[in-house]
Amino acid sequence: MSAVHSPPPTASSDRDSAPRIWHSPMWQLVVARLREFVREPEAVFWVCGFPVVMVVALGIAFRNKPVEQVTVDIVANGPSATAAAEALGKNERFVSRLLSPAEARTHLRTGKTDLVVAPLTPATTAADTPSPSTSGVAPRYRYEFDPTRPESVLARNAVDDALQRAAGRRDVAESENVELNEPGARYIDFLVPGLLGMSLMGGGLWGVGFVTVDMRIRKLLKRFLATPMRKSQFLAGIMVSRLLFMVPEVLILLVFSRYAFDVRNHGSFLDVAVLVVLGGFTFSGIGLLVASRANTIEAVSGLMNLVMLPMWMLSGIFFSSERFPDAVQPLIALLPLTPLIAMLRGVMLEGASLVGYGPQILQLLLYGVVTFALALRWFRWT
Amino acid sequence: MTAIRCVNLVKRYDGKPPVDAVRGLNLTVERGECFGLLGPNGAGKTTTIEILEGLLRATSGEVEVLGLRWGRNDDAIKQQIGISLQETKLSEKLTVRETVTLFRCLYRQGISPDLALAQVSLEEKADARVGKLSGGQKQRLAVSCAIVGDPQLLFLDEPTTGLDPASRRQLWDIIRNFRDQGRTVLLTTHYMDEAERLCDRVAIVDHGQVIAQGTPRELIASLGGDHIVEIGLARDGHDLSAVASSLGRLPKVSSAQLENGGIVLSVQDLHLVLPAVLAELDRLGGNLDSLATRQASLEDVFVKLAGRHLSDEEGTEP
Ligand SMILES: Nc1ncnc2c1ncn2[C@@H]1O[C@H](COP(=O)(O)OP(=O)(O)O)[C@@H](O)[C@H]1O
Ligand SMILES: [Mg+2]
Repeated sequence: MSAVHSPPPTASSDRDSAPRIWHSPMWQLVVARLREFVREPEAVFWVCGFPVVMVVALGIAFRNKPVEQVTVDIVANGPSATAAAEALGKNERFVSRLLSPAEARTHLRTGKTDLVVAPLTPATTAADTPSPSTSGVAPRYRYEFDPTRPESVLARNAVDDALQRAAGRRDVAESENVELNEPGARYIDFLVPGLLGMSLMGGGLWGVGFVTVDMRIRKLLKRFLATPMRKSQFLAGIMVSRLLFMVPEVLILLVFSRYAFDVRNHGSFLDVAVLVVLGGFTFSGIGLLVASRANTIEAVSGLMNLVMLPMWMLSGIFFSSERFPDAVQPLIALLPLTPLIAMLRGVMLEGASLVGYGPQILQLLLYGVVTFALALRWFRWT
Repeated sequence: MTAIRCVNLVKRYDGKPPVDAVRGLNLTVERGECFGLLGPNGAGKTTTIEILEGLLRATSGEVEVLGLRWGRNDDAIKQQIGISLQETKLSEKLTVRETVTLFRCLYRQGISPDLALAQVSLEEKADARVGKLSGGQKQRLAVSCAIVGDPQLLFLDEPTTGLDPASRRQLWDIIRNFRDQGRTVLLTTHYMDEAERLCDRVAIVDHGQVIAQGTPRELIASLGGDHIVEIGLARDGHDLSAVASSLGRLPKVSSAQLENGGIVLSVQDLHLVLPAVLAELDRLGGNLDSLATRQASLEDVFVKLAGRHLSDEEGTEP
């Protein structure tokens, strides 16, 4: 400290007022947020590692299996059971076992088998329905399966088909099969744009929400309020820094799925980039609004989950949202994640251009602008 | 010239029940002085200073800061004031210099971040992370952020609370240095020694009101004596209050009060009073158990006016 009468080279000599040296407050805030972010190893992991973990897990779960095996338990109750087992044994797709009725039932109930085939005695059949069959007595089977499990339903149909043929059925119509397993038409290709949309949503909401509430708890928002900084610049700084964190997140997801699963973008990369920025903008705006008044991390977490839950379920991340009833379709279309994922799929899978998506783009822009404006208005700084 | 003028300030926090944190507070702070709001916890110091900083809205009353008014000249005021809140946790992952630079760029004009750090003697820590600083260093960093906008008026809410004595003295030097540049400081504290040694003028605040205002010297002089004599008597059936009132009638004794089972006198000219007090006790037959004298302090002023100690919590109504 200098002596009283020769003040240190303060004020006038060192004062500067050139705004070009001191970047805009918003930019400085963004830089500060970026620095904080890269110095936080956990945050970096979650942003960069999480999408990869997600793609790997789902990619493995939904990888194209060589031949799908169907497990069948046959109730061992006589020669017709052995005959059925023999018939199924001709196709290596079926793995069949001969078991007691009780055992088979337990297997089905616990998911160890997809289907239980119980051969019935043809005699009872004849009594019930006069059979037109000429070559001796037609076999009769009872299928036990779980209609809520797709693989169980599949097994029932496949086994029935095989047994019917073995019993002499002839197909009347001729059919031809084309298998969709080239890149671009697999489930993983469908999934990646969905995951991209999901991470834009999660990143925008969590990223903005947590940071904002954390700063509120630390009284940092109040401290900033006491400076001449404009409130809108502060909020914009938070949004822009969030957008920047999305770059590595998105790149990692796209590059990884490209090299690990050969997922390609059939549209323009510029269009994908525009969608990423647009999605980032929309969801960080929503994040700001959700975090505009919350005073605790618990409160903001609850609110964010509440906001995200319908989109997780309805917006078509894992399967097409068109599967839901027509009555809820208008509602689903209102959710911001729905048009985002639809556009990402359109561009990446079908090579569509963004030009045709005017209304959807407008919808997302509106979400971003309106939530930002509302957040600015309701924001609690103390 | 007046830096802060505040007339009949009232702040009621709505709620159940509503809290009247500030009840008609009047304050005038001149430019170039270091002014202290001294009062116990809950007296309304933070509420008052945050209203002056424009962070809280007053329920009623008039506030003028640097001749300007909140609600009309917000940007002009904000450009000219620097503040440090009672509690702010700056980002731990940023370095000291980055933090000050961030605050610098929020103001149109200011001093360089390095100079702001030099003024609080944190140059050596410029590249350290905020999370690695000690409590005193963090507090100095907060002050550095407050002065980097080159303010005319500095608000500091409990700047030294919780700091060790060396750090406190270091902060006092920083604050004095700022004041010596002709600028104004308004600080709050519940340490009477801080108010006494650092502040040019002090307002003692209790229950949301200023109960005394002036230089520390004036306030202490208002006790009517610059020394305090504390007398402990052996418990032998004497009527303490009778003893106290007869001691209080001695010349140069301005007041005599009962406290903690003893008698506390406020006296002038200790060398003359002490023999007289001893003689009077002798006359009354009181058995002296303990006797202590000390210089009067702002604490004694507060005790006299509020009937309790500064360290006592608000709410223990007199
Ligand atoms: N946000 C608030 N809501 C309700 N009461 C409050 C709030 N802030 C402070 N108070 C109350 O107002 C009174 C004054 O508080 P404060 O100004 O913080 O005092 P000080 O800074 O002197 O300790 C206290 O009784 C406190 O409990
Ligand atoms: Mg306080």
